[in-house]
Amino acid sequence: MSAIEKLPAEDIPDNGLLRFLTCGSVDDGKSTLIGRLLYDSKTILADTLHAIQRSSARRGLDIVDLSLLTDGLQAEREQGITIDVAYRYFTTGTRKYIIADAPGHEQYTRNMVTAASTADLAIILIDARKGVLTQTRRHSYVAHLLGIPHIVVAVNKMDLVDYAQETFDRIRSDYLAFANGLGIADVRFIPLSALHGDMIVERGERLPWYDGPTLFEMLEGAPAIHSEHDEKFRFPVQYVCRPQDSANPELHDYRGFMGRVESGEVHVGDRVTVLPSGLESRVRDIQVLGESLPRAVAEQSVSILLEDEIDISRGDMIVRSGELPQVGKNIDAMLCWLSESPLDPRRKYLLRHTTRDSKAMLAAIAFRVDINSMQQQPAERLLMNDIARVSFRLAQPIFADPYNESRGTGAFIIIDESTNNTVAAGMIL
Amino acid sequence: MSIAKLARVTLSHLDWLESEAIHIMREVAGQCGNPVLLFSGGKDSICMLRVAEKAFRPGRFPFPLLHIDTGHNYREVTDFRDRRAAELGERLIVRSVEDSMARGTVVLKSADEPRNKHQSVTLLEAIEEFGFDACIGGARRDEEKARAKERIFSFRDEFGQWDPKNQRPELWDLYNARSFKGENIRVFPISNWTEIDVWQYIEREKLALPSIYFAHRRPIVRRGGGLLPVTEVTPARPGEAVETLQVRFRTVGDITCTAPVESDAEDVASIIAETAVTTITERGATRLDDQTSEASMEQRKKEGYF
Repeated sequence: MSAIEKLPAEDIPDNGLLRFLTCGSVDDGKSTLIGRLLYDSKTILADTLHAIQRSSARRGLDIVDLSLLTDGLQAEREQGITIDVAYRYFTTGTRKYIIADAPGHEQYTRNMVTAASTADLAIILIDARKGVLTQTRRHSYVAHLLGIPHIVVAVNKMDLVDYAQETFDRIRSDYLAFANGLGIADVRFIPLSALHGDMIVERGERLPWYDGPTLFEMLEGAPAIHSEHDEKFRFPVQYVCRPQDSANPELHDYRGFMGRVESGEVHVGDRVTVLPSGLESRVRDIQVLGESLPRAVAEQSVSILLEDEIDISRGDMIVRSGELPQVGKNIDAMLCWLSESPLDPRRKYLLRHTTRDSKAMLAAIAFRVDINSMQQQPAERLLMNDIARVSFRLAQPIFADPYNESRGTGAFIIIDESTNNTVAAGMIL
Repeated sequence: MSIAKLARVTLSHLDWLESEAIHIMREVAGQCGNPVLLFSGGKDSICMLRVAEKAFRPGRFPFPLLHIDTGHNYREVTDFRDRRAAELGERLIVRSVEDSMARGTVVLKSADEPRNKHQSVTLLEAIEEFGFDACIGGARRDEEKARAKERIFSFRDEFGQWDPKNQRPELWDLYNARSFKGENIRVFPISNWTEIDVWQYIEREKLALPSIYFAHRRPIVRRGGGLLPVTEVTPARPGEAVETLQVRFRTVGDITCTAPVESDAEDVASIIAETAVTTITERGATRLDDQTSEASMEQRKKEGYF
């Protein structure tokens, strides 16, 4: 029996992978929503279901609590809250999904920032009985700050407001009033009941006045990342392959520049510039495991071979000539402080941007953002979960783009060399 | 959110997962001084070797391979392990739980106690012996609840311990593999793969597997609702009926805690078809050591397990 006869996937279009973030607290039914997505997409297997049935019964619940599916760690189960980002997986046959499940409590802004950093879409949950809350604004602000291109506002628990359209419409206009102020462009609204499954995978019969897509349809139809705008080619070099000791003499002069395309695409023959040297060459070949490719696209890991012998090492960047990034030692950025130790303005930190590290010193804190009121406030130092506009002075230049143009070359982290901890996340302006 | 011009090629989900894993391995090579890749001969680590080839060829791997052998592994798997390492021309280090037992650093509660959890001790001893600063492992987040929150670059202190409350934030694809001497980073390049992704990748890349992953006839007994292989180290108990069934293994760990499932699947495509309709999770079906308590994986990880 041949493999192809038995594999239906050959006929089904592969719509790639979508990473999305769910924000909300336990009270909004977030865990139930995720449980519902996994349950209705048939991702939950019998033994897992039996385990949560047992847990539900042990807690005296008479229905299966789908939220138990996402309560990961013993420590958290004891406290009954989710304290860290958890990742979940499901597939619809045409698309694979990675859910980043971020806790909603105020003290865990840093977890939401973490989860948002890799998300292409955010589902912001609102309890229909409570409407737009401070935490809704906070989640929306962070999702927008982290550059998530698509936001879905899910008005949940419609079953508890008699599936009333007026409630949904009021929440939508409340939300739009502040979202417009933040500059959020693509936002969609959907009424649903995660508990009963209305408008998740099935439409149900209790929301006849809503004629938009179900949540599943929104996820299936969301554009792939890197597909919506023209992008500049950016290739940070991770590793240089020079197999000189190989028995094969043909490899004696082999120099493969290994990395992942952060944005844009590159073709064999393209004229490229190498930073920081500024030297130019052409792409001679693009390879993966001995196979030559005509081009490489965003998010693809390849080896690039150039026509000219140029000295290139980890931390350098290959870009298309004529499309250079900003090269500089001074950066302005939005910064989220993630560490329990406050930012110390007198200390040197390590800034990691693409595959490049540089010593960095804080030059100024322009303002701190109160993420509940969105007000800008003066600040002398930054504490955990603070978000601020700052500037840094660097020892080495970096090759950067504004974060809102390119996440891959606009993002950086700050590392405290005394502990090796990652203490902050930054987005270049 | 209308579907805008999709002019650009979007990577298929397998291409995306593979590309992410390559990127992660190259970050290890770029950031760590003395990494090692854990290779057991199991399907997840076989996928990792393929990823490593795509990440580093035509060069050599910038790390050796390491297997922590419990001494209770299937011959088919250890033979495969040795053959695969030789084909790749890469260095394979094997360290044995039985050596740790001889040294007295592993003490079994009873002679037939499963040795899986004791691999932690031998692994930590190997890390110390060679001074490895990073161990690349094949764990996946879909395997078990405690893994769903695992970082891709997971920090372990000098006792090899994982503290779920003291993990570094991990943002974008900016990984932090820094450690001080004696500390260790565990790296999981296929964190975002699921069991079906692994099988699809094996099929796409036409990867060879140890024969016991495919249907074969084997003497078994039925115990505790599952099937147990009858072997020298796992004999039938008095009164148990030994049957010969058509089975395959979904995971191939220590003999004493890896159970087969009934199956007629003789090739990867048939396994994918079976996996797509299966009703039991991979670990639930076949890892007898995880069923003890809901939190057993979390406990073992805190003690230095992969």
